Amino acid sequence: MTSGPVVTAEPVMTTAAANTAAAGSAGAAGADTIVDAGTRGVGADVGRPDGVPKVQGRFAFSSDLWADDFLWGHTLRSPHASANIRGIDIGPALATAGVHAVLLADDVPGCITYGLEHGDQPALANGQVRYVGEPVALVAADHPDVARRAAEAIVVDYEVTDPLIDAEAAPDAAPIHPDGNVIRELIIRHGDLDSSGEVTVEGIYEVGMQDQAFMGPESGLALPDEDGGVELFVSTQWLHVDREQVAACLGIDEEKVRITLAGVGGAFGAREDLSLQVHLCMLALHTGKPVKMVYSRDESFYGHVHRHPAKMWYRHHADRDGRLVKVEARIVLDGGAYASSSGAVIANASCFAAGPYKVPAAHIVGLAVRTNNPPCGAMRGFGAVQTCFAHESQMDKLAAALGMDPVELRLINALDSGDRLITGQVITGTFPVAEVIRQCAGAPVPDIPPSDDRRDLPGGSGRTTNAADTVRGTGFAVGFKNLMFSEGYDDYSSAACRVADGVATVTCACAEVGQGFVTLAQQIARTELGVDEVILAPAQTATIGSAGSSSASRQTWMSGGAVQAACRAVRVQILADVAADWGVSPDGLVLRDGLVVSLDGQQEALLAQITAGTGYEADVEYHHAPTEALDENGQGNAHVSFACAAHRVVADVDPDLGLVRIRDITTAQDVGRILNPTQAVGQIEGGTAQGVGLALMEEIVLDNGIVRNASFTDYVIPTTLDMPDVTIAAWVEEPEPNAPYGAKGIGEPPTISSSAAVAAAVRAATGLPLPRIPIRPADIALARNEVQQ
Amino acid sequence: MPDPYSLRVNGVDCEVADSDLAESLLFVLRERLGLTGTKNACTEGECSSCAVLIDGVLTCSCLVLAATAAGQEITTVEGLGDGRDELSVVQEAFVHEGAVQCGFCTPGLIVAVHDLLEANPEPSDGDVREALSGNLCRCTGYGRILAAVHSAAATKRSQP
Ligand code: FES
Ligand code: FES
Repeated sequence: MTSGPVVTAEPVMTTAAANTAAAGSAGAAGADTIVDAGTRGVGADVGRPDGVPKVQGRFAFSSDLWADDFLWGHTLRSPHASANIRGIDIGPALATAGVHAVLLADDVPGCITYGLEHGDQPALANGQVRYVGEPVALVAADHPDVARRAAEAIVVDYEVTDPLIDAEAAPDAAPIHPDGNVIRELIIRHGDLDSSGEVTVEGIYEVGMQDQAFMGPESGLALPDEDGGVELFVSTQWLHVDREQVAACLGIDEEKVRITLAGVGGAFGAREDLSLQVHLCMLALHTGKPVKMVYSRDESFYGHVHRHPAKMWYRHHADRDGRLVKVEARIVLDGGAYASSSGAVIANASCFAAGPYKVPAAHIVGLAVRTNNPPCGAMRGFGAVQTCFAHESQMDKLAAALGMDPVELRLINALDSGDRLITGQVITGTFPVAEVIRQCAGAPVPDIPPSDDRRDLPGGSGRTTNAADTVRGTGFAVGFKNLMFSEGYDDYSSAACRVADGVATVTCACAEVGQGFVTLAQQIARTELGVDEVILAPAQTATIGSAGSSSASRQTWMSGGAVQAACRAVRVQILADVAADWGVSPDGLVLRDGLVVSLDGQQEALLAQITAGTGYEADVEYHHAPTEALDENGQGNAHVSFACAAHRVVADVDPDLGLVRIRDITTAQDVGRILNPTQAVGQIEGGTAQGVGLALMEEIVLDNGIVRNASFTDYVIPTTLDMPDVTIAAWVEEPEPNAPYGAKGIGEPPTISSSAAVAAAVRAATGLPLPRIPIRPADIALARNEVQQ
Repeated sequence: MPDPYSLRVNGVDCEVADSDLAESLLFVLRERLGLTGTKNACTEGECSSCAVLIDGVLTCSCLVLAATAAGQEITTVEGLGDGRDELSVVQEAFVHEGAVQCGFCTPGLIVAVHDLLEANPEPSDGDVREALSGNLCRCTGYGRILAAVHSAAATKRSQP
């Protein structure tokens, strides 16, 4: 047992390294017997290298770190959505026994603001607060409770002003930030805008503010370095962009900020922006001591961006046969107080606003605005989730207007390779939308008899519903989005590979957030190098370039591609040397089973011998094909690749109580190629659950800018009783031509169409229009009352 | 500072010194005894990432004042395996079935599933879902977790 006072145990570096060592030793499990790499390489059902330490509680997450004589940091946050700060008295806080520092905006050594797209967000409030929860002051103390109490003792003199909370009013309202209230307006004009269809349907749709609700709270540990720099262990999605922003705020060279990934307890977009990174480093540099911070759950709700709430006005035109003629839409996303990635989110919402359908003409107005609500940014599905709910609701409405089967309507309009998006871009990769629809819709609908088990009823164990009072409905939806970053962004990943003594070591700064990149990296190295033992070096900024963000379904392709390229570069060196030695052509040699083998079977040598000592090494940067900016009509080849998914949902509803129980979810997904079946299933199940949550229960409730449910008591996410089994009818494997191994990213599509399919099922059961998600019990029960009156 | 007290954790008596009496068992386990396997996803009794057994009773350690657990037998995730390298049947099943993604919910689930299978070696799907409905997981959608529980139950039943 590893007991004993924390302060005398090993320093944090050992803790962080322990994760890596664990990864390495798991990789070494089969190294004494030479295993065919094919059985543990790409496509194989290989377990996670960090699985064993995680089930044992030995895996070090960012909240598990400590160092000798460290302090606890705490953040004082604004209770007001909009206020001027007239003065701050830190005297009583500083005088508290055990307090080592109290820092304010004036103490930010470098640039006061940061941001992913625009540096518009102050590291600490600078004379003004623009949302509830905005950081105002920092405290470091010898105990977390002392730090918290000291923060409460800080006296801030606020002059409270009226908050701007209505996104629709924002463009014309007085600016709440020097950069104005419109973060981005994007207009897409495509095809003949004067065209119209014989049949039109209209709708206004809304999506509430969803939280990523990862389990591992924001946390980290910063250690001051002797050279004036700082070492930061933190959970994040993108180490290098953190470093860039932290260094700017600290006013020091990027090289002096050394960031190492600490164990990440989920991310889903919420760790793409900075949270406590700058704060931790400021406190560590100021006090000269290691400083640790761990957000509480309620603070976590204030500490990261959320999914944008959306309001969407739609008009679909179709001919009598159901072929889409034109889609018109206006989309307003509430970006909250700061820009974060709102510009890219509204681009996605707009570009994919019409769904994965052939649409000859489209007029889309996308608007991301600034308000005094909590900042919104990246969350799994990134803009496509909101518009998928709208376009799929419209497709069902259109099917009803035409008297057509909703699946048939989707099939006749389905996009395919060679077709054009509403941005004018021709899809050059694989895009089997129709096949995904057919596979999902064609799977047998399970025969689920009415159950007497109260756990199967709407309302669950509360025994609120009788089986006889429920109605059943089935809904269907399909959605899509882009993979990787878009609009001309030079998106790349870096990786290094070293093979010595027959063992491969891969270095990549890709943030493992739970998605399983660590497993894939090992699989790729095994496949490319014919080795079994693959050690993963820590993800850090000191010795390797950026891997880009663990977002946008991009790491399998981008960092997978970088690892593949690094391994291949090493393989070329090894084979060239052996070929020269043997006097043969390197083309006749392969790496297999820990051996260098000539294809004619004449010669072989142990890779461990060939690579004894210093071994071979390569360092690569992997870029995807370039994309373009969108022009003034929102036209251009802005995206690299696309992936789609479909969901079919069977739901039982108690219409009087407005309670819903999902009985079955069936899905099919366009995956390119599956590299690890169990991990793929996990992504699909987990992503689907987040869509179910958005459809039925998850919403950050705001009251004049104040979050009313910043806890897991009041912000509820699906539990084992809410999630049915997810049946994967098919993953449609059409390898993507330019992707490493043909694999598409699979993390986001399950979250896109699942919400829309749940909503469709509840509509089918109740006959209600339900234009808003999450569907709250009152939306069903009260709407029915109105209908009945 | 109050007098030092002693907690019995995973069969070992641990001295807790310099601890404020307001500290939760979760905090003392993690920050004073270095047992960080027990997790802190909410610290308000809503997620079960902090689950431990106290005298065999499944408990959210974030809701218990550490000093009140003195004299009781506390079992954490670190005490459930069979040493550093040997995994329990439940742990093995979680690894094998792909029930772990980020892993932050995992220790609490491992403890809860040990408790469940102890009490009910042949749980139905509904039993498992009900028993684990307090354990929040944001990554998996629970599918592989449920598969792991059923697989662990089957393995345990097949063992002599
Ligand atoms: S940390 Fe104890 S229940 Fe969440
Ligand atoms: S695996 Fe991440 S919360 Fe369960």
